[in-house]
Amino acid sequence: MKVTYFPGCTLKNKARDLDEYARKSAEALGITLEEPETWQCCGGVFTTANDEVATKLSSVRLLKAAAEAGQSLVTVCSACHNVVKQTNYAMANDSAFADRVNRYMAEDAPYTGETKVYHYLELLRDVVGFENLAKAVKKPLTGKKIGAYYGCLLLRPGKVMGMDDAENPRIIEDLIRALGGEVVIYARRNECCGGYVSAESPALAKKNSNLIAENAASAGAELLVTACPLCKYNLEKNGSSVPVVYFTELLAEALGLKEDAND
Amino acid sequence: MTNEQLKQEILRISNVNVTKCMKCGKCTASCPAYDEMEYHPHQFVSMVNNGDIQPLLNSDSIYRCLSCFACMERCPRGVEPAKLVEAVRLMAVRKQGANRMKAEDVPCMLDENTPGQLLVSAFRKYSK
Amino acid sequence: MQRIGVFVCWCGSNIAGTVDVHAVAEALKNESGVVFSTDYQYMCSQAGQDIIKNAIAEHKLTGIVVCSCSPRMHEATFRKTAAAAGLNPYMVEIANIREQCSWVHKDMLSGTEKAVILGRAAIAKVHLNAPLIPGQSPVAKRALVIGGGIAGIQTALDIADAGFPVDIVETKPTIGGKMAQLDKTFPTLDCAACILTPKMVDAAQNELIKIYSYSEVSQVSGYVGNFDVTIKRRARFVKEDLCTGCGLCTEKCPQKKVPNEFNLGMDTRRAIYIPFAQAVPKVATIDPDYCTMLKTGKCGICSKVCTAGAIDYTAKDEFITEKYGAIVVATGYNPISMEKFDEFAYSQSKDVITSLEFERLTNAAGPTAGKLLRPSDGEHPHKIVFVQCVGSRCDSCAEKGKEYCSKICCMYTAKHAMLTRDKYPDTEVYVFYIDVRTPGKAFDEFYRRAVEEYGVHYVKGMVGKVVPQGKKLMVQASDLIDGKQLHIDADLVVLAAAIEPDKSARPLATMLTASMDTNDFFTEAHPKLRPVESPTAGVFLSGACQGPKDIPETVSQASAAAAKVIGLLCKDHLTGNPCVASANEMLCSGCSQCANVCPYGAITYSEKEFRMPNRTTLMRRVASVNPAVCQGCGACTVACPSGAMDLNGFKNNQIMAEVDAICRN
Repeated sequence: MKVTYFPGCTLKNKARDLDEYARKSAEALGITLEEPETWQCCGGVFTTANDEVATKLSSVRLLKAAAEAGQSLVTVCSACHNVVKQTNYAMANDSAFADRVNRYMAEDAPYTGETKVYHYLELLRDVVGFENLAKAVKKPLTGKKIGAYYGCLLLRPGKVMGMDDAENPRIIEDLIRALGGEVVIYARRNECCGGYVSAESPALAKKNSNLIAENAASAGAELLVTACPLCKYNLEKNGSSVPVVYFTELLAEALGLKEDAND
Repeated sequence: MTNEQLKQEILRISNVNVTKCMKCGKCTASCPAYDEMEYHPHQFVSMVNNGDIQPLLNSDSIYRCLSCFACMERCPRGVEPAKLVEAVRLMAVRKQGANRMKAEDVPCMLDENTPGQLLVSAFRKYSK
Repeated sequence: MQRIGVFVCWCGSNIAGTVDVHAVAEALKNESGVVFSTDYQYMCSQAGQDIIKNAIAEHKLTGIVVCSCSPRMHEATFRKTAAAAGLNPYMVEIANIREQCSWVHKDMLSGTEKAVILGRAAIAKVHLNAPLIPGQSPVAKRALVIGGGIAGIQTALDIADAGFPVDIVETKPTIGGKMAQLDKTFPTLDCAACILTPKMVDAAQNELIKIYSYSEVSQVSGYVGNFDVTIKRRARFVKEDLCTGCGLCTEKCPQKKVPNEFNLGMDTRRAIYIPFAQAVPKVATIDPDYCTMLKTGKCGICSKVCTAGAIDYTAKDEFITEKYGAIVVATGYNPISMEKFDEFAYSQSKDVITSLEFERLTNAAGPTAGKLLRPSDGEHPHKIVFVQCVGSRCDSCAEKGKEYCSKICCMYTAKHAMLTRDKYPDTEVYVFYIDVRTPGKAFDEFYRRAVEEYGVHYVKGMVGKVVPQGKKLMVQASDLIDGKQLHIDADLVVLAAAIEPDKSARPLATMLTASMDTNDFFTEAHPKLRPVESPTAGVFLSGACQGPKDIPETVSQASAAAAKVIGLLCKDHLTGNPCVASANEMLCSGCSQCANVCPYGAITYSEKEFRMPNRTTLMRRVASVNPAVCQGCGACTVACPSGAMDLNGFKNNQIMAEVDAICRN
């Protein structure tokens, strides 16, 4: 299966691990990730304002490119995913907005939200299947107590993202189980780390990140997995007692690909 | 602009129906940025409904919202307070010279691990 | 040729405000067959009816048209008026010039024009009306009550008290319903069991009441006065007539790990069980999902210990059929699932419970013998947070929860808070509320006592997140009065879950052709004036199946439903509706399409001999309608391809005459 793959800006520098392990693992699972020749940054956050068009154009161009290639679109970074999926939802469900965007772009064929957008996790669940994934595992994460850290962007708004129950998600937990790890559930796994506000108020990010890390640690987590570079940054910067890794790294490790990727 | 005009402008930008609010305060109970905010999510809903926009425009609260959408997710009435905060913030930063964050602010925010995502997101939120 | 009288009503200013009633009466005078036409302020008043009666006598009227409000309102009134004056009541037609005319028009000119047209259509129909005589059907003098909670029990007791036999069908192994699970009842704090179990015993001992427990209604046919109901008696693998309820089997059964539904899964029971000590009937039941004998054929211990020889592993579901004159629905409610509200961590911590679970935890017959202990570690909780309105009052766009107020939560939470403080004064109690709703006799006083005498902390605000951390539940909430975000380290969190109709209600409504609202509550025939009757004749509503209700209200409605049933069963015959379908055998081709669409099973087919030319005969299959079963819905008349089906009082030619009159210039 071939899909259009959007890494986004951060995966090209500070979050290279997230990207490289995603590529290696996909290849091993028989999925070809095709990165478009050109793409622009998603903007990092989706502007909910009704009258914002320009800030959403890069996502629309990306979605349109996938549509023209006849492929689904796959993202890995939580932020990219949130922006692209929310934009796609608006294009499909808000005809006035879609009309404004299409007039602005003035291309021959209008785009109205046809592209199916997957987060890499959804691809694993819905296309590969966690049962099949479990069969492909070479080095199971046996004995590791792992907590999923979803943060906010991956799940919310639940109605738009449609990935999982926003208050009781299980997609990362199911991945951990498929990879042979032991799941630790803790309540703050879907609370915000402080996000971009750490630029304005490092204290707020510190407080939130600490609450999350403490909650995970007290539940017995020895490792946290995330899909978001900013979550990882905020948790680590504020001294999380529990190490944080990207889910793709765990995936590659269990598939026996980790050493290769570091070559 | 009059209070009513400001209100209509916020409602237009946000597309939020503030009259659905039943004043339960679950948005504010859910807010992870509560301690840093002068006005809290439920007050945004009520103050917009009352046309009391000016105090919100002048408050740092609009720059403390994490856009984590917890208030939207947990609101039993589907009111979406985060969209109101976003609309007020946009009204503020769209004014001439009102960019909250400038390029020259960036270097002192950086450390060796700062992800591009942080800067891009902050710029989008704090500047036009 | 008919001699028709026209009576135009002003309805005060309701009609006369937008319709020139004199002009309408004048215009209709010119219609063919009209020999008298007048208008009056209130045609439905005694004086108005006298005008109609006098006109019938004086002008020898054979048909009348009343231009007034909807026939739903006063058709019956004017039919009685006509009958009193010696006219067949089905010679009356109503032209609805209020709901369908004056109330929807703003301008006098168009309102008047439309009223004239509607009047003309009714006159055209009366020309083709024929006198109709309603048939009569007998009444089966037995009532069926579906659901054996407090609503069903009270209804059954009241019907039996009037001397009529009643059957209760209950899906659980015992009657008693939700009330049997409760501890105390607001606002007087009587023990629920103490006031309920005597009623359960009364029902069991009453010779006129038969209880089908562990049973369900599987089929309903017939009509008011003559329902045929099939009841499925699920195999309980214990002979009810032999079992003495000694309970020995339930002590010896080796399968101990069955979640006990009566205690909401907070403890376990055996595979053979009696739900609780005062169960009625006090008979054991084998749970086939857990019984080793039924699953593997190896065990049989209960059979060995049973001295009465009541165990029967070979039992099968049985079906019985019975005739009933009236059916009462009392299927009750359940708390909604907390699955979609995991911000309160219900799935993550045993110490986050629902209010019904709290009832069991404080009930002397519950899993902790009435001691309030944390489900996780059995320790006494020192700080309890109650959360109101969980899943109630949600907007539909929030896509979870219910739009309505569940009504009972404010009061039972005040009760829980008060009783906790009374029994355990060392326990701090917080109640997070949006509004405290206490509109009932002695209700607000009760809530105020919780605050003023028992020191319960009522906080105006909502809980946003519950975080289990260590042995505590970190509750993050808003206090909207003080303008604070609160962080409470609670030991127990109690969620006032919204309530919803029992899941059995929807398929039952289909069987009964009774209507429901979008929330699956049964709809009453009129929200104010007929609150205990469903729109389907002979089907009555009792308790929370019609809407959220507390016990006092449920019992009132249960007795009201019983009164309606008694009124029906007292009659020897019911007068039917003569506006039923009939088949023209000469046109019928026997295609069965009418029978296929008939929702009441009123149409049957038979072979009939028809005379043909030259003294020959022909056997043909033709439809016939049972007028007692037909409800006059008209579905068959539309389905019939050959036009053989017609509805008395609404014949095809009458409808077409109306349409023609409307289209005429």
